[in-house]
Amino acid sequence: MTARPRKLWWRAYLVPGVFLAPALLAFTWFKFIPMARGLEMSFHQVNFGAPSPWVGLDNFRRVFADEALGQAALNTLFYVGGTVTSSALLALLLALVLQGTTRHLRFIRTAIFLPAVTSAAVLAEIWRILYAPTPDGAINTLFGWLGIGAQTFLNDPDSALRWLMVMHVWKHVPYDTVIFIAGLATINTELYDASDVDGANVWQRFRFVTVPGLAHAITIVMTLGLIRGFRVFAEIHATTGGGPAGATEVVMTHIYKLGFVEFDYGYAAAASVVLFAFTATTTVLYLHWRKRAET
Amino acid sequence: MSWRSLPRWIFYTLLLIVFVGPFWAFAVTAFSGVTLQPGRLLLWPEALTLENFHYAWVKSQVWRYLLNSLIVVTIGTVLQVSVSALAAYALARKRFRGAAAVSLLILSTMMLPEEVIAIPLYIVLGDLPLLNISLLNTHAGMILPVVGWAFSIFMLTEFMKKVPPELEEAARVDGANEWQIFWVVILPLVKPALGSVAVFGFIMIWDQYLLPLIVANRDDLYTLPVALATVRADETMPPAVFVAITLIAMAPSILIYLAMQKAFNRGLLMGAVKG
Repeated sequence: MTARPRKLWWRAYLVPGVFLAPALLAFTWFKFIPMARGLEMSFHQVNFGAPSPWVGLDNFRRVFADEALGQAALNTLFYVGGTVTSSALLALLLALVLQGTTRHLRFIRTAIFLPAVTSAAVLAEIWRILYAPTPDGAINTLFGWLGIGAQTFLNDPDSALRWLMVMHVWKHVPYDTVIFIAGLATINTELYDASDVDGANVWQRFRFVTVPGLAHAITIVMTLGLIRGFRVFAEIHATTGGGPAGATEVVMTHIYKLGFVEFDYGYAAAASVVLFAFTATTTVLYLHWRKRAET
Repeated sequence: MSWRSLPRWIFYTLLLIVFVGPFWAFAVTAFSGVTLQPGRLLLWPEALTLENFHYAWVKSQVWRYLLNSLIVVTIGTVLQVSVSALAAYALARKRFRGAAAVSLLILSTMMLPEEVIAIPLYIVLGDLPLLNISLLNTHAGMILPVVGWAFSIFMLTEFMKKVPPELEEAARVDGANEWQIFWVVILPLVKPALGSVAVFGFIMIWDQYLLPLIVANRDDLYTLPVALATVRADETMPPAVFVAITLIAMAPSILIYLAMQKAFNRGLLMGAVKG
């Protein structure tokens, strides 16, 4: 009676333990330990080969006093706001046009998905070339045909960030479209019939049947958009690197420079912690608000 | 096709121009043998040739970066899928106290953008806890951090939960051990899901940028996406060669997507519905 329950206690964990071990090891080493180390570093002035003194909240005070970081944060907010809304609206339009199962629709859906499976660094190189600032550059040629004047795109401090947002939307619209198409498929067609009987026009049908039916899909699209917008790095690092004159600097490119150019690890870690806290809070608040809107 | 559907077809054409046009222009330019000014692309092939690829391969040494990328993406995908399948088996088929906590712990990493742990991850990779070895400037340093991926664990867990318990019990009665049940009973039944997570894993690893950027300090270890910026800096290289190199860098993820579309779409829908 005394030995048996102990043996059982072991057995219950033996199998799941062995099967989970590789995953838990990978997560601990490369996710949880870095998370803990990042938090720890943010309270220290990190030096290599020398002691790293505890500096309390100094790094965080610097984060909120740093004007360059503040500007990067504003750029990021503008970038997130612009890309999330335009990507969602465009995707909604595309989903309404491209829903259906005919062969040509499936072909078009597959074709327009190519940007979504192109890696961010390649995307950056594609658009660097499309955005060639010379009058005979790819998009400038197209603009010429349409009677739009030649642009300097990424070299123009006033509009560079917006051109980068176009690039971001181009990559993510196809993905959002698929989510909306999946959402449209879940809407009960009887609701459309009922709205016809009630004499609803196209707009009313859209507003009172389609949009409420897509509530969950909208939440997913917006949440994914928020998370990937705040963390944006590769496509900006590989195109403008934050230039010209800081016009396209976002929080992650700034943190990268603090860490890997200026080797100010403690401060960079503190800025990362703030970025994470901000992203998490925004996402949670948004989800909380949507939960009420969805029901 | 009637006149009424004309606006629809114009819209389709516009979509294809916007979303596929750039890929078309890149492919056409890469295979054309005419001298171009930087930033110019062709819309129709001229003087078809493989010269640009030859230059890219031999003079720009693209094969080396491609090799690094292929090593990382192949080993990475295999390890990621294997580790996820093992973990999913425990989470889906075993009842043990703390299972919910483990799931939550893994799930929580989905909310964590990898970018925000880049700085401490760099420190951890430079001196791995317990082993005290450095993974910087190694392929392992670019592979191991992507092995644990919450998305594929949860996807596989959902699929493995659907396998009826009778199949497992029957095998157990026949004297199958735990590994045999995992390998012979469960895995073959979730093969479609394995395909889905493999495509997603491949594309996710091919998309890695910050990780190889911080792990590799020597340019001979760069993966192709990271090497693009270095390769581009060579001013003696004809512009069409760089277009060809970009095409090489986008090919693997696009080909995998096109080849495994069914598996990809299944994963996408699952992800879209589950959020």
